[in-house]
Formats: sequence, structure tokens, C-alpha cells
Amino acid sequence: MTSILTNLFDGVAYGMLLFVLACGLAVTLGLMNFVNLAHGAFAMAGGYICMVLVNRMGWPFFAALPLAFVSSAAIGIALERTLYRHLYARSHLDQVLFTIGLTFMSVAAVDYIQGSSRVFINLPAALQGQFDLFGVGIGRYRLMIIVICGLLTIALQMVLAKTRFGSRLRAAVDDPRAASGLGINVPQVFAFTFAFGCGLAGLGGALSAEILGLDPYFPLKFMIYFLIVVTVGGSSSITGPFLASLLLGIGDVAGKYYVPKMGPFVIYTMMIVILIWRPNGLFGRTAAR
Amino acid sequence: MSASSDVGFHAQRQARWHYGEVAFWLIVLACGFAFPTRYLIMTDILRLALFAMSLDLILGYAGIVSLGHAAFFGVGAYAAGLLALHGIVSEPVLALIVAGLAAMVLGFATSFLVIRGVDLTRLMVTLGIALLLEALAERFSNITGGTDGLQGIEMQPIFGAIPFDMFGKAGFFYSLAVLFLLFLFARRVVHSPFGLSLRAIKNNPLRAAAIGIPVNRRLIAIYTLAAFYAGVAGALFTQTTAIASLDVFAFERSADLMLVLVIGGTGYLYGGLVGAVIFRMLQEVFSTITPQYWQFWIGLVLVVIVLVGRQRLHRWVLYLPNLVIRQIAGRKAIVAVPESDA
Repeated sequence: MTSILTNLFDGVAYGMLLFVLACGLAVTLGLMNFVNLAHGAFAMAGGYICMVLVNRMGWPFFAALPLAFVSSAAIGIALERTLYRHLYARSHLDQVLFTIGLTFMSVAAVDYIQGSSRVFINLPAALQGQFDLFGVGIGRYRLMIIVICGLLTIALQMVLAKTRFGSRLRAAVDDPRAASGLGINVPQVFAFTFAFGCGLAGLGGALSAEILGLDPYFPLKFMIYFLIVVTVGGSSSITGPFLASLLLGIGDVAGKYYVPKMGPFVIYTMMIVILIWRPNGLFGRTAAR
Repeated sequence: MSASSDVGFHAQRQARWHYGEVAFWLIVLACGFAFPTRYLIMTDILRLALFAMSLDLILGYAGIVSLGHAAFFGVGAYAAGLLALHGIVSEPVLALIVAGLAAMVLGFATSFLVIRGVDLTRLMVTLGIALLLEALAERFSNITGGTDGLQGIEMQPIFGAIPFDMFGKAGFFYSLAVLFLLFLFARRVVHSPFGLSLRAIKNNPLRAAAIGIPVNRRLIAIYTLAAFYAGVAGALFTQTTAIASLDVFAFERSADLMLVLVIGGTGYLYGGLVGAVIFRMLQEVFSTITPQYWQFWIGLVLVVIVLVGRQRLHRWVLYLPNLVIRQIAGRKAIVAVPESDA
């Protein structure tokens, strides 16, 4: 019984992490209908920046996290303004090729700079180990992830639902043409959201070094996970990807624990079945127009 | 001249063999005799060319974007390996066909998943199928050999008469013969009314359906055929290298394949062949410059190609050959870029 609860807890932490990593991608897909397979590269950038700050320069972990966010967002907006925006009107094939190219470049570049082995971020002692709560083993680090990601999710939902920017963004996602007709600067909204999504990915990358493992192949290894979150969750709201991430996280942890031999098999089968059953995602109206 | 006979006239003229094509195949054959020390890499190029041609059939002609074409390559490779290892079908040509058929069955089964949904769903489903097969191959390591791959494959002589030699000469000409035969068939298919209907579907599925083309059935048919081709390419891989390992399913293989086709151009069958040559040469150059980081340069090539624009790039590349052809033959360019690139 307690092992089930511990697994559930780990699964939730994992799922929340996936959500933070992937929710930027949901916006890219939903708003601009742009297939960005290089999303994981931004996460990796955040992770490595955090690692360098903490391990080499002795920054405290919690100070390095915001900087991982900011620098990933900066890289994101730089690339968006220089490269990505030329490709919004192109075919999906072009977008896929372009972003695969970027992914390959980032993998080789990080390999060149930091070496190909897995890196770890030195965690403060307060985050290590686990404690028992009513007999359920709770990892401190995972608890922190749930807290941070949970707060972020609530904040995102509030921003989307309550602020002016949020309503602009929702309008732009629903119908970009009508939105720009109403005087909303859609490219600007998008550039900002793209940068924010990249920042979130960077933060997720920094947090995931401990759980998912951070090495130069991160963007390729987890690309499919991000895509699953977005396609299964649909990209018309934030709750869709959130539920999909939780489902994926819990499913993956449980799958690895209870049927270790089947490994990733569970996830891929689940994804294919869901996509066949509902091509536009479980919770979405339109995954892609 | 009525409209329908006009269309037929143009289609037939398009389908005729040009001197350039004959010359192309003669050059390929001549390479086999001119570089006797390079059989291994040339065989590799032929294999890749066949694999790329398979993707061209669905991408260039039917407009299906696939990120998991390695699935069929892998199934073909493992099928050929297992057939040879356990001596079920020991004659290579027969084994090649059986391996192709195995991939074809998978292609047929998964085509129903692929024809549903839009580009994005297709990308996901094809990618998912390839990853699923990789996971399966890893899981059933007692059959596939797991991460070590299939080992100890010994190939029997082709038709029981021509043994595979260690310099790869037999392998090269065997691959060339397979590639040429399959090319002839693909050429016949894409110039048939069936092939024309595929182009109509690619340009506008809705209109194609409106003029009475059974869109889904055609897509299933071409997807299944492409799976057969990819399976044969995979089987050739196993037969000429005598190994089959998990990386036949790798995502990088599918991604590289896209690059091959993008370099060569889609929708005229030679794209895969030309692209394979250029890709391998690029890879050689990059890996001699930076052995470990050649992937960076491959990525850069992809990014630049997309940013410059594929059609513009092909116009530049074909500028010189077309100029020569115009001067010599005194007619319009025969190496044309298809107007609506995928």
C-alpha cells in the first residue's frame, strides 16, 4: 500500500516536471502551429547553465534556478527573433527539419563544451534524502519539485485566466486572424510567450538534472515525452497538457516499477492508442489546424 | 485535342526514359568498376539510396511526413538477420523478399494509423511506432540479441552460386541490382495513373476525393509499398554487413533519411539517390574534420537548407546541369524541380 503511495508521489513529481518542461511547447504548437522539436534543447541549456553556476562558480542552488530560467528565455527570444519567425508560414516538414537540425547542433555543441557524460548538480543538504509521512517515503527533492511546479502551474493558470495578457494569448490561440483583426499584436504576444516557454523549459531542465538525468542527448531522449504531453493533452488550454503530464508521469513511474521488463513500451502504446482514438488529443479541441 | 488525351500525352512524355537517366545509371555501374577499393562505402550509399527512395514514395508523391521510417528498415534488417541466422530461408534473394514482405505487413497494419489525422499526428504516430519497435527489440533480447545485436550471421551465396566476398564486390553488385530493379518498379508506379492520383492527393486531398479518387485506399497502398522498399533496404543492410543491432530503429536514422531526401529533393525518385551520395560524402568530410562532432555540421546543413529554402537551393544546384543540357540538346531542362515540393 505504502509503495503504491510512494510511487504515486514520485509519478506526480515526475509528471509536474514534465509539465513545466513541455508547456512552452504546447503554446508554440497551439498558437503558431509550429512544430518545435528543439524544445528540449532549451531545457538542456537551462540545466547546464544551472550546473555550471552551482558546481563551478559556487552559487546556491536556489539562486541558480531563476538564472537558468532567465538565460534560457534569453536564448529563446534571440533564436525566435533571428531564426524561428521566418519559419512560421512554412510547411510542417520544413519546421521539423529545421528544428531537428537545431537539436543535432545543440547536442554536438554541448558534447563539445561539457563532454558526453551525465552531469549532476550539487544539491544543498536540505534537499537530499527522504522522510516518512504516515509510513509513506517522501523524497525531499521531489517534494520541492511538486511545490515549485504546483505554484508555477497555479500562477500560469491565473495569468492565463485573469490578466489582460492572458486573454490576448487565449484569443490569439483560438483564432490568430480574428485576434490580429481586433488589434492584438499576435507576433509580439507569441514572441513573449515563446521566450517564457523556453524559460520554463530551462527551469525544468535545471530541476530535472537529478531525476531525468542531464547529458548532451537530453533533447533527443525526451523529445518524444514532450510531444506526447502536447499531442495527448491538446494545446487549446493549459489543463490539457497538465493532466496529460500527470498521466504520463504516473504511468511511466508505475510502468517502470511494476512491469520493468516492458519499460517504455507502456508509454508508447498508450500514446498511439490515444492518438488513434482521439487524433486531436484527450482534452483538446484542435491539436493542430 | 481533348483535355484527357492532352493529359495522357504529357504524362506519357514525362514517363519516357531520358538520355540523362540512362547516363546516370551507366555512371553508377561504371563506379563499380572504377573504384574497386571503395565497395563498402559505395554499398552503403546504395542502401541509403534505396531507403531514401522508399521515403520519397510516401513523402514526395503522397505527402505523408514520417519521422519513423526506420521502423520498416529495422524490421527488414532483423527479419533478414533472423532468417539467415536460423537458416530458415538461407538463399539471400529469397530472404530479401521475405524480409521486405515482413516490413510490408507492418506497413499495411500501421498505415491505418497513419492515414488518420494531420501532419502532427502522423509525425507522432510514426515516431511512436519506431520507438515502440526499438523498445520491443530491446525487450525480446532472447530473439534479437538485445543491445549486442544479432551476431554470427553467415550469408549463403546468392542463388547458391555467387558467394559474398570480403571486399564487398558481390555485395555491391547485388545491392546495385536490387536498387535498379526496385527503381524500375517505382518509376513504373509513379508514372502510372495510380502515381498521378497520388500527386493529386498530395496537392489537395479534398479535391482528389471529389473527383473520385479513393484517397485512403491509395495512401494505404503507397505506404505499404514504401514499407516494402524500406524493409528490403534494411535486409540489404544485414546481408551486406552481417550485423543487425538496435540502432537500425534509431531516431537518428529516420532523421538522417529526411536530410538525404532534402538534399536530393523530393518527388522525382532520383532525389534519394543523389542525396545519398552527397550525404555520405558530407558525412565523410565532417567526420574527418571532427570525428566526434560531425552531427553538429549535419545539423547546420539542415538548418541552412531550410532557411535558404529547398526549392531555391535545388534551382541553384541544377542550374549548371540544366545549362549544359540546354546547350547540347537544345531543349528545355530535363532535370526539373517538381513545382510543389512537400
